[in-house]
Amino acid sequence: MMYATRGRQARAEPFAIRTGIGERLGLAHMDWPLSLATVALAAFSVFTLSQATLNDVPGSPHYYVDRQALYGVLGLIGMLLATRIDYSRFRELRVGIYTFLCASVALVFVFGFAARGSRRAFEFPFFSFQPSELGKLLLVLALAGFVIDGARRGSARQRTVRYLCLGLAPAALVFLQPDLGTSMVFAVATLAVMYFGGVPWTHFAVIGAALVALIALVLVAAPAVGVPVLKGYQEQRLTSFLHPSEHASGAGYQQNQSVVAIGSGEKTGRGDRATQTRLDFVPERHTDFIFAVIGERYGFMGAAFVLSLYALLFWRALRIVTLSKNSYGTLVAGGIAVSLLFQVFVNVGMNLGIMPITGIPLPLMSYGGSSVIATFLAIGVLQSINIQARLSQKGRFAW
Amino acid sequence: VYQRSNDRPGPRLALRSAVLGGIAVALFAVLFFRLWDLQVLSGPQYLAEAKNNRTREYKTIAPRGDILDRDGNVLVDNRTSLALQLNTQKLPEDPAEQKAELAQLGNLAQMSLRKVRRTIKEGEEVAAGAPVTLRKDVGYDLVYYLEENQRRFPGVAVQRVFVRDYPNGSRAAHVVGSVGEVSEEELKEAPYKGLEPGDEVGKGGVEYTYDRYLRGQPGLTKIQVNALGQPTPGGQLVSQPPSPGDNLKLTIDPEVQAAGESALASRGLPGAFVTMNVHNGQLLGLGSFPTYDPTVFTEPKTQAEVNALYRDPVTAPLTDRATESYYPTGSTFKLVTALAALEGGVITPSTSIFDAGKITVGTQPFQNAGGASYGPLTLVPALEVSSDVFFYELGWKMWDSGQLQRWAAKLGIGKESGLDLPGETEGLVPSRSWRNQLYKEGETDRPWSAGDNIQLATGQGDLQTNPLQLAIAYAALGNDGTIVTPHVGMEVEDAAGRVLKEFDPKPRRRIHIDPAHRMAIMEGLHQAAQGPQGTSYGIFGGFPIEVAGKTGTAQRPPHADQSWYAVLAPYPDPRIVTIVTMEEGGFGAESAAPAALQILEAYFEKHASSVSASGTGLAE
Repeated sequence: MMYATRGRQARAEPFAIRTGIGERLGLAHMDWPLSLATVALAAFSVFTLSQATLNDVPGSPHYYVDRQALYGVLGLIGMLLATRIDYSRFRELRVGIYTFLCASVALVFVFGFAARGSRRAFEFPFFSFQPSELGKLLLVLALAGFVIDGARRGSARQRTVRYLCLGLAPAALVFLQPDLGTSMVFAVATLAVMYFGGVPWTHFAVIGAALVALIALVLVAAPAVGVPVLKGYQEQRLTSFLHPSEHASGAGYQQNQSVVAIGSGEKTGRGDRATQTRLDFVPERHTDFIFAVIGERYGFMGAAFVLSLYALLFWRALRIVTLSKNSYGTLVAGGIAVSLLFQVFVNVGMNLGIMPITGIPLPLMSYGGSSVIATFLAIGVLQSINIQARLSQKGRFAW
Repeated sequence: VYQRSNDRPGPRLALRSAVLGGIAVALFAVLFFRLWDLQVLSGPQYLAEAKNNRTREYKTIAPRGDILDRDGNVLVDNRTSLALQLNTQKLPEDPAEQKAELAQLGNLAQMSLRKVRRTIKEGEEVAAGAPVTLRKDVGYDLVYYLEENQRRFPGVAVQRVFVRDYPNGSRAAHVVGSVGEVSEEELKEAPYKGLEPGDEVGKGGVEYTYDRYLRGQPGLTKIQVNALGQPTPGGQLVSQPPSPGDNLKLTIDPEVQAAGESALASRGLPGAFVTMNVHNGQLLGLGSFPTYDPTVFTEPKTQAEVNALYRDPVTAPLTDRATESYYPTGSTFKLVTALAALEGGVITPSTSIFDAGKITVGTQPFQNAGGASYGPLTLVPALEVSSDVFFYELGWKMWDSGQLQRWAAKLGIGKESGLDLPGETEGLVPSRSWRNQLYKEGETDRPWSAGDNIQLATGQGDLQTNPLQLAIAYAALGNDGTIVTPHVGMEVEDAAGRVLKEFDPKPRRRIHIDPAHRMAIMEGLHQAAQGPQGTSYGIFGGFPIEVAGKTGTAQRPPHADQSWYAVLAPYPDPRIVTIVTMEEGGFGAESAAPAALQILEAYFEKHASSVSASGTGLAE
């Protein structure tokens, strides 16, 4: 038995780490490129903040750096812990997770603290917690459970409607906070889980058509008959990127300044001679517009490097989708991968002036505990799926 | 569900993953290409925009250079004045509060709220974000009041600015000119390149002509600001101190100028004087009466004051009658007639013409002034007594030849002189072609006739010239045929008095004058001034310096006769020429000649030693 085991390991897993603490922590079966990209992005975020936000908070020169570093460490620990949990347990807990998700998002309306006219987070003595950030992961975990669970109940059409309702309920709550960006992430995550849950293409076509109709209704028809769905600033942000010069000092201002910042970085960046992101021309430089900081300070080299890390991250996530040992893992990995891709594209696109301003943070880069830790946890779940897959199909070749 | 545990991904999952992977590749490709476009392809353009974004420029006004007379006395310099400035970004945001502050500020500055608003708007258009000057030259009492009530006037500041100052009042006002804000039209012209609206430039006189020397280089402070326009710590990028303009030294002789101005003023008649070095065209004195106080251009004017300056056609104080006038010159023009006749071979110095008191051409009689008749005259006595009949004869003899007009043109009559002051008039010498053209166009009732030339021969009729042109013509006689370029600019000096540039404009041309002819005319003029029969013997007979001078009495109906005097001194080798004219001053000897005497007295008192040294000596 001993002999046989050793022999098989030696043949099929030439790089396997010896059984020991690593094996027990599951490190041996983690997806190392994914971990590397995650940690590199978090570290680059701390590095960028350390240069760009020095002295932003009077009397506390390293305010953002220290906190982001702490969030990164906490997130890393959370990720390692998440890898140790068999993600299939979340499928069993789907109702509880879903209830917690909806309750926490709803409770924000009651106990949340208002920042700039929108209630998104709970305020605790030393930190604030934004449930909708963690909610992106929780929604995927719960919804994937519901999809697997109800896979054989009802017609395909009923199932699609059910998934949509389950996913869009929390999305609607978040939308009302109001947090348009995060509600869009919720919606996209829902669609992603449905996509990997086998919802027919035709249904997606119908959903797509409905979406187009809805956008037309919200942006054009509803205001025309005097029932505004979006707040004025929301609508302006969504549409001003289409004609930035018209709004050069209004809604398009931030985006225009961001584009100028990134462009001015040229190939190698302006370093400490950066002005756009150093002198407040670009707002929210530590959160939504941190990519503009990278673009201006480190130029094409830095920005392309960050984009490449995200590409690597997404590639590995997609790979885990296909490796998963069970459907639940596939759906969860797919939901996480797509919501990460969506957030990266929308945020970077917003920084580059090709996507509307929606207030979606750049995962792992934007300053903010809830977002950073929630993303680390999501990566941890991906790792868990990977570890479970590797443990169950040792020796199989993976692409 | 389509996938079983421990199985390879089913074909459906593989397809969906591949589709998602494809979408992801497309999305990342979009981001990469956009990034490449922004940073690599358009990077330099955005870098320039970013650099422009974060700087604000503030200009510091440079003082203009001083204007000095030839002895170095200050004619124009600067004084610092307090200007009321407003930083509009610090105004209260509440419209009602803002209106209240602006209205109150307007009260203090004696401006209406509308004017305050307009001034601010204009200032913002020039340089958004820079402080706007509401009013220059505010008093100290206002400054103290504002300082004591600073909290009630957020954004208000008092700034030192430079204002033109004239220590001698209206001295040489027409020469020095004035300054004012550069106009929109001027900004498009080459000499004003790089200026901005609101900058001060010369508007008249040498302030205009020599603007590029007098105008300084404004200082520039570039500071780095943040998105709110606030200066950032250590953000001073460039600070270039203003460099003051260079000083301009004029050829104006203070004594001559003062004497000329007081001579004109003492008679109170509109008129002008020119005193010029006959050899190089340096103008030692140039004045016009009535004059004006140049400080009116440094202060806000009321409409009544503006009207008095610009609209009154009779006094027209802004008009420089020495260079911007159109006058007939009376008998002072006989110099031109004499030269034309001699050089054209119409007469010789010894040709005698019988003066019977009048001649009749066709049906038209031409008489001597006062009905006198002098009998047979050669040129010298004809000039001495200013026989009109003698010159009528010459004009008649030359009526068809154009000789008189050619010589007038040669001597610079009816031509621009090239003076370094703006606005000089060209004038008009009536000629056959000129009148015939008018006649053809129906502008006049008759073609050119001998009568026209007879009138011209004595400086009457349609002749239009100015004292400066006459000075150039007399100078040409005095210097033996050089048509000088008159000028008032002598040299440009820096603040330390080092000469940076000298102005010595080349003569316009040289003309040939037979020495015998010149001698004859000079002697005639000398006799006219100082011979016992001379027309101005009463004025110059007792003057210790020998001079050659000619009176003139121009008929300018409906006005009374205009008095003229032209004099070259000393005789026979003159160094200066002086022309004086006074509108409605009567006979030349009545008002213009005494004024010319005053000017010569001032000149020779100052230069007495040099006159004796040069051997010219004192008369009798």
